Amino acid sequence: MSSEFRNTVRANLAKPEVRANFYRAMDGLMTRRLDQFPDKAELERLRTQSMAIRANALSKLPELLETLEANLTRNGIQVHWAETTDQANQIVLSILQKHNAKSIIKGKSMVSEEMGLNHFLEALGIEALESDLGEFIIQLDHEAPSHIIMPAIHKNRIQIAKLFHEKFPDIPYTEDVDELTQTARRILRDKFYAAPVGLSGVNFMVAETGTLCLVENEGNGRMSTTAPSVHIAVTGIEKVVESLSDVPPLLSILTRSATGQPITTYFNMISGPRKPGEKDGPEEVHLVLLDNGRSNIYSDPELLATLRCIRCGACINHCPVYVRIGGHSYGTVYPGPIGSILEPQKAGLDVHGELAQASTLCGACSEVCPVRIPIPSILNRLRYDGVRRDTANTNTVGSGKRRTLSEAATWKTWAWAATHPTIYHAGSTLATRFKGMLPTNLGAWTTVRSAPKLAESTLHQQAKNLGVDHE
Amino acid sequence: MSNTARANILARLREPQRPECGFSERDYLSRYDWDTAERVRRFTERMVAVRAEVHHTTPETWLDVVSQVCAAKGLNNLLVSPETVLGKQLHAQAERFPTLKTYDHPIESWKQELFYGIDAAFTGTYGGIAETGTLIVMPSADEPRLMSLVPPVHIAVLEVAKLYTTFAEAVQAQGWVQAGMPTNALLISGPSKSADIEQTLAYGVHGPKELVVILV
Ligand code: SF4
Repeated sequence: MSSEFRNTVRANLAKPEVRANFYRAMDGLMTRRLDQFPDKAELERLRTQSMAIRANALSKLPELLETLEANLTRNGIQVHWAETTDQANQIVLSILQKHNAKSIIKGKSMVSEEMGLNHFLEALGIEALESDLGEFIIQLDHEAPSHIIMPAIHKNRIQIAKLFHEKFPDIPYTEDVDELTQTARRILRDKFYAAPVGLSGVNFMVAETGTLCLVENEGNGRMSTTAPSVHIAVTGIEKVVESLSDVPPLLSILTRSATGQPITTYFNMISGPRKPGEKDGPEEVHLVLLDNGRSNIYSDPELLATLRCIRCGACINHCPVYVRIGGHSYGTVYPGPIGSILEPQKAGLDVHGELAQASTLCGACSEVCPVRIPIPSILNRLRYDGVRRDTANTNTVGSGKRRTLSEAATWKTWAWAATHPTIYHAGSTLATRFKGMLPTNLGAWTTVRSAPKLAESTLHQQAKNLGVDHE
Repeated sequence: MSNTARANILARLREPQRPECGFSERDYLSRYDWDTAERVRRFTERMVAVRAEVHHTTPETWLDVVSQVCAAKGLNNLLVSPETVLGKQLHAQAERFPTLKTYDHPIESWKQELFYGIDAAFTGTYGGIAETGTLIVMPSADEPRLMSLVPPVHIAVLEVAKLYTTFAEAVQAQGWVQAGMPTNALLISGPSKSADIEQTLAYGVHGPKELVVILV
């Protein structure tokens, strides 16, 4: 079997440096998260509470979006709706054109990655500069983020030092993290000074007050949303919560789950553009609400849980598959467990359905998820949707597209045999009798393992010999 | 385009059966029972852990401490509002401080100086949070948003009486919803930092490299 996904995985597994970078980082993140939750019972209480906050918001999603829009509008923030990433890009473009802007400076935003905004703008000759340190680094190297919280986690200090030296030859070579950071600060400060438009993501939107909340440590989010005279926020429709009082518990579990910090340096709550008399802040604030498949996910009572996600990345940090294959192997915007349930649903099972297979269903992800998303069950459901025949009964995009005739026939035969005891027993007895003739070379499986051996007699026979009644 | 998109999205969200919510009462208030001394202790511990400076002062001594901090850091100038209660006190004794600057024009008219020529800014705060070691800052016309962001050093005064146990408690006790949210409200918990390079903490990425809290 070969696919683009498998090929990338193979290539990335062969990079010991990158694997070491992931191992080191994920280990640290897991320990730091654990330190934040010394009391297991309290953690479970908080997870249940956070799940309820998100579930409550989703249960009223259309109404909350309308309330949010009304309150944002009252506060002077302009709200735009986009069904597709194309529409979202066009909305951003029209705002830029209105202001004759030839460049934007960006705070960290995964939804803008989802939109492919940078490429879209660059093709039109508009510069889109990332200002989050990690995003800045990977943009220099023309790479995509390998983690949703720490985009440059796959690189080590030496690789970054070399990259800076190559891109900024005038600055003396250094491997010192502080000096590298100060270089980025100086370069980006000039950009913040000059940028006409700033763009950011959003972590939570508060319907009750019409507030956009951003979580960050560096200040790039504050800069992008404060220094330029226009601020555009882009986010998914699911990010809304009902009341301001819902925010503190979510913020607390988000930062502790994500990076093991009790809180981030900045929590930025934006409820409007500059008011008359105020001396800074953007003159215009826009919010682009993106659907891009979310409303379809919403239509399924089981898959809907996907939309509770607060993008903390804990499932990624704890995933034994992610830590080995790394973020770039997935070939999607969101990697790791959350990516494996989200991306196949957005792009379709025919496009990314394979990601749902790339899991051992160990459950580490759902055990740490602060909003209790049952990731393994959803993976199973997507596996089923991929091969099911009654595709009319599910809304998942690309349902049934992963069904192959040979696999279907194999399972059908097995099911037939398993429901006909005489045939099944004859088959298993034959197999044990001629076990010496079974192949020992089973392709990839046996390159690192020995082939399974059948026992001398079947379990059924052994049980019978012991006098166990098989009924 | 946007209007059709809006109608389509909302229609799609209204189509399926209502998902369950499983939410009864909101019960977010803290389970801690910290007195003032404990709140101050926790706040200080958290702030120091993220490399902020915390000075415990009194209404009689805080101005002296601010003046000492400025001298110790060798600041050439300090951005201070001439309008706020605290700012007025600094301006009244201007000779004890580095050159006092004021943010009295819209940013457009002096962006260059603010971005490249200001060493430090002094502001008040709206309150604090003990659990996480956090300042609540609500920028205003007198103390605009960029004051706590652009200069490399931020010196902020927090009155102990406004130090709450948790964020949830501050939102409720200060009546944020009833009062209406300002255009920008901030929680600040230390100097600007990043761990994007090898998980190694580096300070002063885009915001202040140093945060000095004057507890009064
Ligand atoms: S699925 Fe859960 S653990 Fe993973 S990013 Fe989302 S909220 Fe975090």
